[in-house]
Amino acid sequence: MTHAAAPLDIRTADPKKLIAGATGDWEIICGLEVHAQVTSQSKLFSGASTGFGAEANSHVSLVDAAMPGMLPVLNEECVRQAVRTGLGLKAEINKRSTFDRKNYFYPDLPQGYQISQFKSPIVGEGEVVVDVTPSEQIKVRIERLHLEQDAGKSLHDQSPTLSFVDLNRSGVALMEIVSKPDIRSADEARAYVTKLRSIMRYLGTCDGNMEEGSLRADVNVSVRKPGGALGTRCEIKNVNSIRFIGQAIDAEARRQIAILEDGGAIVQETRLFDPARGETRAMRSKEEAHDYRYFPDPDLLPLEFDDAFIAALRDKLPELPDAKKARFMADYGLTSYDAGVLVAEREAADYFEAVARGRDGKLAANWVINELFGRLNKEGLDIVHAPVSAASLGAIIDLIGSGAISGKIAKDLFEIVWTEGGDPAKIVAERGLQQVTDTGAISAAVDAIIAANPDKVAQAQAKPTMLGWFVGQVMKQTGGKANPQSVNELLKQKLGI
Amino acid sequence: MSVDQATVRRIARLARLSLSEADVAPLQGELNAILKFVEALESVDVDGIEPMTSVMPMKLRLRADVVNDGENVAGVTKNAPQSEDGFFLVPKVVE
Repeated sequence: MTHAAAPLDIRTADPKKLIAGATGDWEIICGLEVHAQVTSQSKLFSGASTGFGAEANSHVSLVDAAMPGMLPVLNEECVRQAVRTGLGLKAEINKRSTFDRKNYFYPDLPQGYQISQFKSPIVGEGEVVVDVTPSEQIKVRIERLHLEQDAGKSLHDQSPTLSFVDLNRSGVALMEIVSKPDIRSADEARAYVTKLRSIMRYLGTCDGNMEEGSLRADVNVSVRKPGGALGTRCEIKNVNSIRFIGQAIDAEARRQIAILEDGGAIVQETRLFDPARGETRAMRSKEEAHDYRYFPDPDLLPLEFDDAFIAALRDKLPELPDAKKARFMADYGLTSYDAGVLVAEREAADYFEAVARGRDGKLAANWVINELFGRLNKEGLDIVHAPVSAASLGAIIDLIGSGAISGKIAKDLFEIVWTEGGDPAKIVAERGLQQVTDTGAISAAVDAIIAANPDKVAQAQAKPTMLGWFVGQVMKQTGGKANPQSVNELLKQKLGI
Repeated sequence: MSVDQATVRRIARLARLSLSEADVAPLQGELNAILKFVEALESVDVDGIEPMTSVMPMKLRLRADVVNDGENVAGVTKNAPQSEDGFFLVPKVVE
């Protein structure tokens, strides 16, 4: 393979991301290998179920248990899922790829090798645009994406002398997504994995469920003087949450900086992150320096498909987060930040659109982001379980728009719909929540308050900012139902300010 | 190409084979004899020839994504030297 390689090192971090050391600033260089479980009914090479949480060894075929004479047969949906993901990463799709054996011994790997794609992966180079902060966007280049088998699971705490092996995961399809070393801080790494997860969830190719181990990462970290020569890297294996990925990078960078500043050298090695101690440590067995002795799997022919196969998948791709964000900004006049928050999860974006369609987009975004998301977070609920439907929230916004209720009452109404359910318009009618626009009633309340507080009247006439106090009193007296604009106008008129 | 004794020990270790010191020299001889035999292939000029993946002009067959196997704990663990609650039990290995 002699393609002109793009430069490995394409950027130097923003100075504010550097880590201060005793000898000056240091820059983190990081690349990630993300292992994403492919969403499929059955395994990569067998007809056993991929279902989570089953009894030990129940989702295991004789192929997964590597019984002699069993042969792997590739799952066509897993191929489609890998191609879809590649398209979502704007990557080159390889119409011919091959499967190799990666050899190592461990009790939860009954074959004695993992079937993977070493030499010719199904997906080549691509890129992901990552919003690190509302104002900072970076590009992370993708090196490759390949299909491989997951291993089983060993439990070591059941007995003092034995390990318990469950092969339910053995043979489940994974996509390994390898980035170039384009990441320069823990924040960037977290934002990158969050974006990958979002893209795959839109595509339906990986559910991104961290608790069930659907997304794990091997993290490569080195440090250097800003813009200088690349340092020796260490690989932190199998980090299983986005938060831990960030912590592992910071801990490992600090460790390396301490060694280098003491005049030491970094030894290239595989390490593990210990979340309880917030530090990385060397793996005890050095795994014979990773001598995996890859060779082509003689049980599997090359995987080949044509342009029509790719085109058919491309035609059916959903609108992805970047495109949706641009559209939300253009069609609904949203800020980049609000649009970014709304498109992170497809369900949230769909909810927002259902609320915003035919209404004021910015108002809809404010309600969804501030009221709905705020309440969901407080209750630890997912948007699909929101007690207030998009139709109900739309109806609440319509009631504000028509002047039937004030913005303040709308929040109370939202609370009522959240806890009790029901039709917002009906609740407003039944409980008398309508805004009082009848100037007669407001006028009476204004007069009463002015009459009862001559001292405040004098103050307000000297200092018009006191008006707010009167507005508050009138709103209180009318149970929050007075139209604030009418109150304002009447007060100004009657106080002569 | 030939292998030295350190390589023989290393290959054995990677294959999880336990070798006695007395086994190393004879195995080195046998491995080198095999390598010498295979070396004959190097006389063939393969420049510009795509590696062959199958003797027959076959295409990789794929299967539909359906669950039609598994749910066979007893069968899967039948040959296990030791099992409990459906798990395979093996001598303790901890990383």
